[in-house]
Amino acid sequence: MKMLPVWFWVGIVLIVYGLIIIGSGIYYIFNPSNTALSHLHPSLWWGGIMLLGGIIFLSIGKGGDLK
Amino acid sequence: MTIKLALIDWIIIILYFGFIIGIGLYLRKFTITGEDFFLAGRRSSSWVAGLAFLSANLGALEILGWTGATYKYGIYTAHFYWIGAIPAMLFLALYMMPFYYSSKIHSVPGYLKHRFDEKTRVLNAVSFAIMTILMSGINMYLMALIFHMFLGWNWDISIWISALTVGLYVALGGLTSAIFTEVVQFFLIWFGLFLVAILGIIEVKGNLLQELPSSMASLWATSADPSKNPMGVTWPGIVLGLGFVLSFGYWTTDFLVVQRAFSSRDVRTAQMCPIIASYFKMAIPVIVVGGGLIAWKLSSEGTISLFVDEKGNIIHDSALPVLIARYYPHGLVGLGVPALLAGFMAGQAGNISAFNTVWTYDIYKAVIKRDASEAYLVWMGRFITVIGIILSVGAAYWAKQFPTIMDYIQAIFSWVNAPLFATILLGMFWKRTTPDGAFYGLLAGMLSSFFMFLALRFGWINPYVLTFSQTPSDMSNNLWRAWWAWLICFVVTIIVSLFTKPKNDEELKGFVRGLTPAPDVKSYPLLKRPSFWALISLLILIILNVYFW
Repeated sequence: MKMLPVWFWVGIVLIVYGLIIIGSGIYYIFNPSNTALSHLHPSLWWGGIMLLGGIIFLSIGKGGDLK
Repeated sequence: MTIKLALIDWIIIILYFGFIIGIGLYLRKFTITGEDFFLAGRRSSSWVAGLAFLSANLGALEILGWTGATYKYGIYTAHFYWIGAIPAMLFLALYMMPFYYSSKIHSVPGYLKHRFDEKTRVLNAVSFAIMTILMSGINMYLMALIFHMFLGWNWDISIWISALTVGLYVALGGLTSAIFTEVVQFFLIWFGLFLVAILGIIEVKGNLLQELPSSMASLWATSADPSKNPMGVTWPGIVLGLGFVLSFGYWTTDFLVVQRAFSSRDVRTAQMCPIIASYFKMAIPVIVVGGGLIAWKLSSEGTISLFVDEKGNIIHDSALPVLIARYYPHGLVGLGVPALLAGFMAGQAGNISAFNTVWTYDIYKAVIKRDASEAYLVWMGRFITVIGIILSVGAAYWAKQFPTIMDYIQAIFSWVNAPLFATILLGMFWKRTTPDGAFYGLLAGMLSSFFMFLALRFGWINPYVLTFSQTPSDMSNNLWRAWWAWLICFVVTIIVSLFTKPKNDEELKGFVRGLTPAPDVKSYPLLKRPSFWALISLLILIILNVYFW
């Protein structure tokens, strides 16, 4: 059996966390938080970057040996 | 005052533990032989080994500590990431890795055995094992202290949950598991903390360096006079103590980091591992130095206040947690906590996986049971991982009971690693170095470092004799002590070697420059050559130092 490469796991972690952070970002659009710079909606775009990174890593790590 | 967590933060934290234990469980079935368990099957790519190499070095305490140190010392702390790391990492890659990797050893003490003899190996293995467990315990203690202070977490629960998690995934998958989780943790640290620097820069606008006092705003311009820089150190102290001895001692001989490179699939890959890590090492000051300066600026304006202890003293290490609390809404706070946990656990896994290898191969197999089978050694590796975790927890409780002991434990690093660098340097590059020269030189270096530590601490000698300053800081003491310990080991090794019998050339093949074939890199295109990427890394280092002069 081939071992799933580490990039697969990095991709999964970033996708799961990215989705959760985006979800919290959507919530804060309607219920603004009282943190500094909240008007910039950091959760939304940072979660998006994590999701994108996760998809890239998952596509790199899909199948294959320990790379 | 503590940072409050919401349900979504807890979900993210629990998922983190689920992920890394899940990876350990998954890798269990791929960890069969000793090479799988102790060397990750020697099949890692340079990127995997390189990121794990850096991650094992990146502790949460380091991130919090250096952010706090920047708040106190300004950009002087960047020395520890630039001159205090990069030249040593590149030297390891280009000049030392071929000997380490080609000799197919399991550990750094293993190199000492083949190059010199059993007594030098055991001296280093025992001191390394003790240092690793004590450092692991003290890191655990400080981590629990930090999570208690900033999040209000129970001290005992923090210690036991993190210790059991690290113990579980290292015992299951050995070095493979440690490396996999370290790579995942590397990304968590960056994604969890880099946003602090981005939001901070957006908030403070303007050039932070122009607003800092001149003593805190430059890397070298105030280093001629120790009274003019906040660290109280001169440039020779930085160059010789930090840039040469401490840095080379750590990056080229500390098995905790070097072990990651041993997992590489070939010698070129092993050489690329520290070089790739060097680029990310140079980038970490964006988080730690950037975070510290942002905290300083906001604090000087009265926008934020750092934590204070019961005596009213500022707790500098709270700079990063205070910024997280300022910028991160729930969800992102939950991401920041695993980022700090990841930093801690990656370092912890590094300690434990290095400890189990050194114990199994360099103490148990070398001294106790020479005929142990491969399967038995894997069993021993798993067993000693559990024992190592229990000993670390014991050391953590010891530190809790006697906090002053921490000063001694933290100084152990320069007792062990600084002289070891002289031993290995001479061993690799001077074939006349003899086994007796190495042993007595190493012993003299370690003992003299310990003596100097006590002498400075209890005022037995005038500090000017060792540090060229009447009022050196602890940092300055550390740098100079490392330098003298290295020099004493270097000189004693040479003198004893000149009067004792060296090994013959045949025995030294593969372990000494001149008797070992250099790696054939000419067949690789330029972009795959380690020397090319090392040169680019060095150029970036020079540019950074000139820019922040």
